[in-house]
Amino acid sequence: MTDAPIAAVPAKPDTSGRSQWWDVWDQFKSHKGALFGAAVFGFIVLSVTLGPLIWTLEPTFIDIRARNAGASMAHPFGTDQLGRDILARMMAGGQVSIAVGLTAMLISVVLGAFIGVVAGFFRRLDTFLMGLTNLFLALPLLPLLLVMVMLFRETLARSFGPEMGTFILIVSAIGITSWMQTARIVRGEVLALKEREFVLAARSIGTPSRRMILRHILPNVLSPIMVSATLGIATAIITESALSFLGLGFPPDFPTWGRLLFDAIDYLQQYPERVFWPGLAISLTVLSVNYIGDGLRDALDPRIRGR
Amino acid sequence: MRLKTILMGAVAAMAIAPVAHAERGSDGEVKIIYWQAPSILNPYLSGGTKDIESSSLIVEPLARFDETGGLVPWLVDEVPTVENGGVAADLTSITWKIKEGLLWSDGTPFTSADVKFTADYCMAPDGGCAQSAKFDGVASIETPDERTVIVKFTGPKPVPYAAFVGAQSPIIQKAQFENCLGAKAQECTSANFGPIGTGPFVVTDFKPNDVITMKANENYRDAAKPAFATLTFKGGGDAAAAGRAVMETGEFDYAWNLQLAPDVIAKMAEGGKGKPVSGFGTLVERIEMNMTDPSPDLPEGERSTAKHPHPILSDEKVRRALSMAIDRDLLVEIGYGQAGRPTCNLVPAPEQFASDNTDCLKQDVEGAKALLEEAGWTVGADGVREKDGKKLKLLYQSSTNAVRQDFQALVKQWWTDIGVETELKNIDSSVFFGGDPASPDTFQKFYADVEMYANNFDGTDPEQYLGQYTCEKAPRPETQWQGENINRYCDPAYDELVAELGKTGEISKRAEIAKKLNDMITKESMTIVPLVDRGRVSAHSNSLGGVVLNTWDSELWNAADWYRVK
Amino acid sequence: MLTFFIRRLLTAIPTLVLISLIIFLLLDLAPGDPLADQPLSIPPEVRQRMRDALGLDSPAYVRYLLWAKQFFWVEPLYFLDWVAGTNFSDGMQRIVSWQFRAPVFDIIVQRIPQTLWVVGLAYLVGVIIALPIGIISAYKQYSWFDQVGTFVSMIGFSVPPFFSGVLMIVFFAIMLPWFPSIYDTTLVVDDFQSLGQQIRQMTLPVMVLALQTTAQLSRFMRASMLDNLNHDYVRTARAKGMTEKVVVLVHVLRNSLIPVVTVIALGIPSIFGGAIITEQIFKVNGLGQLLITAIYANDLPMVQTLAFIFAVLIVACNLIADMLYGLLDPRIRYD
Repeated sequence: MTDAPIAAVPAKPDTSGRSQWWDVWDQFKSHKGALFGAAVFGFIVLSVTLGPLIWTLEPTFIDIRARNAGASMAHPFGTDQLGRDILARMMAGGQVSIAVGLTAMLISVVLGAFIGVVAGFFRRLDTFLMGLTNLFLALPLLPLLLVMVMLFRETLARSFGPEMGTFILIVSAIGITSWMQTARIVRGEVLALKEREFVLAARSIGTPSRRMILRHILPNVLSPIMVSATLGIATAIITESALSFLGLGFPPDFPTWGRLLFDAIDYLQQYPERVFWPGLAISLTVLSVNYIGDGLRDALDPRIRGR
Repeated sequence: MRLKTILMGAVAAMAIAPVAHAERGSDGEVKIIYWQAPSILNPYLSGGTKDIESSSLIVEPLARFDETGGLVPWLVDEVPTVENGGVAADLTSITWKIKEGLLWSDGTPFTSADVKFTADYCMAPDGGCAQSAKFDGVASIETPDERTVIVKFTGPKPVPYAAFVGAQSPIIQKAQFENCLGAKAQECTSANFGPIGTGPFVVTDFKPNDVITMKANENYRDAAKPAFATLTFKGGGDAAAAGRAVMETGEFDYAWNLQLAPDVIAKMAEGGKGKPVSGFGTLVERIEMNMTDPSPDLPEGERSTAKHPHPILSDEKVRRALSMAIDRDLLVEIGYGQAGRPTCNLVPAPEQFASDNTDCLKQDVEGAKALLEEAGWTVGADGVREKDGKKLKLLYQSSTNAVRQDFQALVKQWWTDIGVETELKNIDSSVFFGGDPASPDTFQKFYADVEMYANNFDGTDPEQYLGQYTCEKAPRPETQWQGENINRYCDPAYDELVAELGKTGEISKRAEIAKKLNDMITKESMTIVPLVDRGRVSAHSNSLGGVVLNTWDSELWNAADWYRVK
Repeated sequence: MLTFFIRRLLTAIPTLVLISLIIFLLLDLAPGDPLADQPLSIPPEVRQRMRDALGLDSPAYVRYLLWAKQFFWVEPLYFLDWVAGTNFSDGMQRIVSWQFRAPVFDIIVQRIPQTLWVVGLAYLVGVIIALPIGIISAYKQYSWFDQVGTFVSMIGFSVPPFFSGVLMIVFFAIMLPWFPSIYDTTLVVDDFQSLGQQIRQMTLPVMVLALQTTAQLSRFMRASMLDNLNHDYVRTARAKGMTEKVVVLVHVLRNSLIPVVTVIALGIPSIFGGAIITEQIFKVNGLGQLLITAIYANDLPMVQTLAFIFAVLIVACNLIADMLYGLLDPRIRYD
């Protein structure tokens, strides 16, 4: 994959051995929003992974006397209705939410892009694949999830342990039920791209389909894929909380951002800060990923990079 | 504290408020909100609380329970008893005498034929009547004249107040439902959506799972009632939104069953447009212990069956220790506030049936630890107790509900303190309480070590309720996992005592046996660990007068007496 | 094009039949029990009798064929009778809901108005706002308008309606009592006063829903416009002396619309699917609420029918999107 780029950017005279990826990085660096996004995202990831090493309170520890406390030295973000430390819960929840959000988004986007490209490119598969997409769009989500959980929970829990099993179940459940939009969008774009002159040109020199897709089609459908990906993270984080709430996900005392947000809603009027933290965390994550996506898109577009 | 002040205020306000001697329909519109929406207005086809209570505005029973649990005559002159000769001395029949001049809302006379028809309707085979248990033991119904109904039983019936008593068993009109017997019951949409009744209101429009609009019944027996000309019954949403609509925005007059944390309700009450009211019934939140082994290693069909006793919980000492570690007062404070009280009884009310069992109320962590030591469970390296290389680890499941998840977290912590590792699991209630034998997650299947839910009984007699814990009622593969003895508790002495209760007529004797049964299954064997006696919290607007919260019957039982405070 | 259209229409029929079968099997397999909401005080024997009365015990293929017959034969006949005043469907059993013991279609028809008013209007509002936002954001990339637009739409998308809905109620119904928090489905619009009331009660749910649509669509619009703005044909058009307005709104916009049309077409069926959470918060009780309560109550005839209608709409809308691709980009060939 990495040895080919010289052919892809012939217009750009290469300076001594610099690969295309350096150009991409240069362009990415010059995108202020993207750098800022990357910094915020890095900060969030670091604080939820390394934070618990510094802030060692257990997220599930109940200190009943300290319940509903406001911000203080002992509890910088306050405590919840059972006296659990919200900072610790936010960090523990962030690990899960970010992991679920990214993984589920990847599954859904890869699946969606693959099906979309194949359906758009190979006419023979189009009817079948779009039928499949329609089927998945039409299936009522809740019964589908219930069936998946019923069929696979025990098996997964047995082979990967209860926590990893639940994680795999959740990300695949979210991924499998959310790829359809990406697939439809990508297919629509591919249908149009296929008739463009550069594709015809590539075809006329006998480029095989595989290379045609990877080299000519995929880079050109990248921006809708990027948008789907950013939006997908937000959806995945929220969907995860809905799943746990239905009892299809993690155990009830296991905090995630979506769940913290959901639980805090009843207390919106008394303790507005409780919805603020998870709401802010989810929004910031999505926003930073969005800017990273913007930067990447610009960086990967040779027309912009050339300027 | 705050809630209490408000409640006291409400009582005071009620005492001062002048009783309106208005005429029918003079107070305009009253709006009720239930966060579960009624799907049908025929309580014989759906036993859901929402359906029963909404239809209780329209159709009425012969007698019903008041807010103290006492029987009051409703469509009859008096409640028949052995003393007044209404119940035969041998307890095999009961005679109801219908009020004179009673009319249906369509203006036709209400007769004994309608009462007899109601029984025929519910007892018809293939009808799928939800209340047919109320007619168990009814041999025949005779109607010697237009106002007399004699119900004959197959044997002596110590408590003959099941059929035609309470909101579950109202009288429906023969003329309207005549062609809806048996399998046809399902097809009578217009009758099921707009039954003709004797109640204070009649349906003008029913949008299932959404809204019912009603107007005052022209032919209601009290010419001055109801005070409201129209009634809107909105359904759907969640408890928080319903509470908000009554207490904060004042859009509605009455909100049912606000299952919310006490501080959330108190905050809403500060809105000043309405106030919460609460009352107690027989609903008990409890932890049930699985007496059989739910291990996934066992072959399907043997999990959670009597074939394999539970490796940990079969020991009474462990069960007792688990109960001792729980601080019930704190659970009440966090989860229910004024609408709950700690209890050790499965049957917390009525008073004469409630055992004086209070041993469990005091949390005793040290005692619990000692008991576990005694049972041979010693603390291992990671703080979790073990015995013969087996860890003391339990799976604790419940339905999805904010208060239940808080309880799970608290109990988990207490159990961790005494060295019991707990894994929590919550399941959506439509699956948990659904009896699908194919699902591993139903409460009947009980593929967990302990589980928590609440249950109660209709009316005031606990015989059927206590009778659920006999050996043959255990859910198992042969019964398609149906059955009420969730714990798979099995004690021949208990079964004998249940049989004896069925034969005893004298009320004090019955109370004695019921208490004994209650004690056997709670404090003596710790099979069921009651936590909280759950009351009902509803809310009404400040301008709605006459509300008397009744947990023994429909909450809307006295809607005819409601009025607008001016 | 026409032959393609007809061919697709014909292939859609077996697809739909297959989809209906798969939905049925899925629902049959899913755990749950139509009697789950009945109180525990009803004994198991009585429950069993209630189940029998609903016809739950007949084998799956019998129930599927019965449903298919009712959906494809009895219901159209009933509709014909209703329109033409004939009585072909007399004595035939329509699809009956287990929760209501009433014909499924009667209830669906009852729910359509409020769903269209609220969800449909919100969608329309969302689309109308999103397109200009996306176009301007792309045309003035990284301007303050773009930055604010990005920020607001990302917040709008990452905040779930179960939060934004409650927030709106607390602000605009409790603190500032401007709008009602509960939707009155019995309101009949027949004069200006009731029209005002209708607009007032629609405002909050429409705002919550439109926020989501706007956020999503404007992102796709912006990204797609950006892709096209740098193309050679844009430079050519400008070089030919066309006005900026024509270049952007005619040339670039038309070429950028393919992904946007896809997203809009995907969203239209979901109007009829309702907006489950928003409907629940404001108690609009439209089709979304009907579907979710039916799922919770395991009312299989209702879920099956709704899901299938939904499938028909999805197939139809996607077909329409395919047609539109051809109009937007005549180079796309189907044969």
